[in-house]
Amino acid sequence: MKFNQLFKGGLAVAMAATLVACGSNGSTTSQSTGGETAGNSTAAIKIGGSGPTTGGAAVYGQAVKNAFELAVEEVNAVGDVQFEARFEDDAHDPEKAVTAYGVLKDWGMQVSIGTTTSGPGQAVSPLYKEDNIFALTPSASSLAVIYADTANASNPYGSVFQMCFTDPNQGVASADYLKAHTDLGSKVGVIWKNDDNYSTGVHDKFVAEAKEVGLEVVYDGTFESSTENDFSVQLTQAQAAGADILFLPIYYQPASLILTQANAMNYAPTFFGVDGLDGILSMENFDTSLAEGVYLLTPFSADGTDQMTKHFVDEYQKRYGEVPNQFAADAYDCVYALAQACKAAGITADMTPSQVADALKAEFTKMTFDGITGEQVTWNANGEVSKSPKAVVIKDGVYVGVQD
Amino acid sequence: MEILSYLINGLGLGSVYAIIALGYTMVYGIAKMLNFAHGDIIMVGAYLSFFAMTRFQLPVIVSVALAVLGCTILGVVVERLAYKPLRQATSLSVLITAIGVSYFLQNSAQLLWSSSTKVYPTIISNGAIKIGSLSISYLSILTILVCILVMTCLTLFVNKTKTGQAMRACAEDKGAAQLMGINVNHIISITFAIGSGLAAIAAVLLCAAYPSVSPTLGSMPGIKAFTAAVFGGIGSIPGAFLGGILLGVIETLTKAYISTQLSDAIVFAVLIIVLLIKPAGLLGKKVSEKV
Repeated sequence: MKFNQLFKGGLAVAMAATLVACGSNGSTTSQSTGGETAGNSTAAIKIGGSGPTTGGAAVYGQAVKNAFELAVEEVNAVGDVQFEARFEDDAHDPEKAVTAYGVLKDWGMQVSIGTTTSGPGQAVSPLYKEDNIFALTPSASSLAVIYADTANASNPYGSVFQMCFTDPNQGVASADYLKAHTDLGSKVGVIWKNDDNYSTGVHDKFVAEAKEVGLEVVYDGTFESSTENDFSVQLTQAQAAGADILFLPIYYQPASLILTQANAMNYAPTFFGVDGLDGILSMENFDTSLAEGVYLLTPFSADGTDQMTKHFVDEYQKRYGEVPNQFAADAYDCVYALAQACKAAGITADMTPSQVADALKAEFTKMTFDGITGEQVTWNANGEVSKSPKAVVIKDGVYVGVQD
Repeated sequence: MEILSYLINGLGLGSVYAIIALGYTMVYGIAKMLNFAHGDIIMVGAYLSFFAMTRFQLPVIVSVALAVLGCTILGVVVERLAYKPLRQATSLSVLITAIGVSYFLQNSAQLLWSSSTKVYPTIISNGAIKIGSLSISYLSILTILVCILVMTCLTLFVNKTKTGQAMRACAEDKGAAQLMGINVNHIISITFAIGSGLAAIAAVLLCAAYPSVSPTLGSMPGIKAFTAAVFGGIGSIPGAFLGGILLGVIETLTKAYISTQLSDAIVFAVLIIVLLIKPAGLLGKKVSEKV
């Protein structure tokens, strides 16, 4: 219901903005309408984004939306750059993401935090390229979000950058981590989802890297959307193969079922996941004791002791009543990185989206960013990020950073 | 020993499919329509029992009873409002309406209960009976027992009671049944009531095994169970039972011994082969169309 009202409100604002924009053809009057919604008289750069605030992946979209709005407010309060934010729901659906993109474009979006998830990201990335609008996605980690030719990781879109690791990097990093930490176990089983881009991407690189570094993979099983309920076979086989680590490059919903079913059959390997597992603790009525000891390779842990992380976690908790996950942290960093780049490149609200994009592309490839998901973060011209992953373990129902 | 544990898992999964398939097959047998909203009745049943157990802290039995009651009422109401006015319409219109009802229920659930996944409470302990190296979970045993119980009751009901007799008459020839003084609309309502009540039982068993509740929860099991009903011969009660069990077992065994990646492809390939050889399904009656 709330969403509906928001949507209607947003629609009304968008219509008003379009009307004014049509009448004045981009002169100063259009900015006064924008200023009204931002609650600020100075001209603001319009920053958009989309993600699933409804649907099966709603935990991600909601986290990104919350952190996005929080960060924009903070940036505006500092005053170097003024943003006007708008976030649309795409229900983790490529078609709806394209619609959301259209809505944002009509609204006059000048820069974007892209999509929250990979499937929709893949659908809108060509549009960002075509219209030359710059996007920095917090969490759409598939290679297909930044490359038109995914198989060879070539032909980049150029206007979509990532704040998170790409899927292959997560696979490689996970294999390396497990190789280096034999105390977790030595025989690895993998359960992945073969009709999902994200899962396939992580899995393929993980298996390749495991072979390279000599990590023993004893079981490799899959499932797909239509068999997403019953994991008894995969778990029985992994157990029979003697897997003492179970690598789960999947989203949290099927993972919660795997944890439950493994527990029911007294199979207790070390579960190891990547960022898709983040969010498992936020599921309603989930028995968090099942996730006890689950490892996640993620760039962010909410118990970090540095000033920035503490501030973010406190503010987020105060406002939304829960500990932020990695998606929220990535989104928060996105806004700050964009603010830093906009300031350095001298972006102003009267520039066209295309001018903004050209300036930001140049700025992002040469700048270094310090955020809560990594220090000394840099980007290459294809939009891939370079930062180091951290391992996090679930203890007493909260994420705790692992000390190496 | 492993094959036995796979078989039992398959039987458990198949039993749930069978109970859902009963709903499809009864409605098809009597009203001659495919009720594609059946899967979403399951979803409503899951939510009702979920809220009864978590928000209102009711005991399991009471929650299940409430879910059955709720689904029965919902099934009858849906039939009255959406299908009854279309009794004389073409079967295609009814089919489209059923798909509409399905989306209506799914989206209403999203609005009412949000789309984020909820985790179903444990209703039966995680324990298992151990025979040698074989362990059979209580849940599998319960599921299979409930399925057999439901089957037996339903068969007795259809064969021994007056209402059951009327149902069979309606399935045979609606026009003639009406002439014999059977209230056909009444019988169709009863069919929907029973099918939807069974959907609620299936929902509880499904969620007990796979504890994740979301508005789209019913669609996949619904489609699988529909397949099972066709597999066994749509319109036939023993057929739905057999089809459901076979589907569950084949699905589990293919996953175990052939490929986890191709399990669905193989399940449906088997279905196609069976339908090529026996177009009416395994236990379906061959009806020659009068031209």
